[in-house]
Amino acid sequence: MNNGVIYAILYILLAPLIGGLLEGIDRKISARMQRRVGPPLLQPFYDVIKLFNKETISVDSAQTFLLLTYFVLMVVTGVMFFSGSDILMCFFVLSTAATFLYFAGVITSSPYSSIGAQRELIQMMAYEPAVLLTCVGFYLAAGSFNVREIAGTDISYILFLPGFFIAFVFILTIKMRKSPFDTSTPHHMHQELVKGITTEMGSKNLALFQITEWYENVFLMGVICLFIVNSSWISLIVSVIVFLIVYFVEILIDNTNARMKWADMLTITWIVTFFSAGVNLVVLMVIR
Amino acid sequence: MANITRSPWLLHYDGSSCNGCDIEVLACLTPVYDAERLGVMNTGDPMQADIFLITGGINEQNRPTVKQLYDQMPSPKVVVAVGVCACTGGIFKECYNILGGADTTIPVDIYVPGCAARPEAIIDGIVKAVALFQKRSDDYKAKVKEKKKAGK
Ligand code: SF4
Repeated sequence: MNNGVIYAILYILLAPLIGGLLEGIDRKISARMQRRVGPPLLQPFYDVIKLFNKETISVDSAQTFLLLTYFVLMVVTGVMFFSGSDILMCFFVLSTAATFLYFAGVITSSPYSSIGAQRELIQMMAYEPAVLLTCVGFYLAAGSFNVREIAGTDISYILFLPGFFIAFVFILTIKMRKSPFDTSTPHHMHQELVKGITTEMGSKNLALFQITEWYENVFLMGVICLFIVNSSWISLIVSVIVFLIVYFVEILIDNTNARMKWADMLTITWIVTFFSAGVNLVVLMVIR
Repeated sequence: MANITRSPWLLHYDGSSCNGCDIEVLACLTPVYDAERLGVMNTGDPMQADIFLITGGINEQNRPTVKQLYDQMPSPKVVVAVGVCACTGGIFKECYNILGGADTTIPVDIYVPGCAARPEAIIDGIVKAVALFQKRSDDYKAKVKEKKKAGK
């Protein structure tokens, strides 16, 4: 029990730092891929500090409340995950958090952020099957939804769940708001919807959104690690290496692809989910 | 006071420019000049912008737009007029529809001359604007503090 509490506290304290640093690395690598020097490593932190120092103009005062709820639910998701509770529950709370983000987008009634928010819902539709299937996969392989039990065995479940892993990495592109699936709001500046769902978020609200994204990214990386981690400590190191590789692949995909239409995104994601996770599921049911 | 000079986000608006200056503004963001190394990002959203880059003169039609964009930006904010057109009206000054430079409508802080303004000059202007941005931010903080004190 004690261990879980320590991990949860570590998550609350370190996730924004790790998340921000990862984004800094991301921007640096992206810049190098485009043959630029790129911003300093700590740029995301500079941005957030600046945003906190600006005047708050909010179109609707409820927006701050909705974003705060989004933030709190995201932290709760991560805390539940790292303290070793039910993985299915984690993803339910995560979806609830995303719904609050949707409301924060539509409440301003700005056409840009409303369309961005609707696209956010479509994105949820695209990645939700893969997420649920991943939970089911873990259950079939480990006999439990409990994160602690999944991580505490002698085998890495990626051996049983390679298809699920591929599907999950695929939808990670959507979750991390990377091109070609960054329809609702771009991870970088500019897009055709100005800033999509975040268009009407200025100063502190935007900073809050940014920090929540960092929490989310660290949580998602935790799920990636869960595929690898088992009771030996070597698996921890391997899982960190795997997650760095996955992160790099995401950056590569981001920099080599143009944004897709939502319909294409939905079809492609579902096809990948169906063929990798679905087939894996059938195989797993047969051999178990 | 917090150091905020490392993250100036731009809002770029094309008044009645001939597009020459706009191309130069975008050139600043290309790999050759890479303004992002200074933390500069080109956002299309006034609510998230710190520095307002305006090119081209003001006419009757874009006047309300420019005014509104300026008002939508949360303070502290800085305005940079890029190119002669935005500074004074430039070669279009005598046209029947042109009111003059950007300063006929909003307070302009930094004037970047040139037709078209060169990317080096624009980056120089942005760097100057960033220094002013820090000063404004400090002033703004002091003002907020004073207000809080008076409120108590
Ligand atoms: S200053 Fe020259 S290049 Fe720039 S908008 Fe005016 S006419 Fe065009």
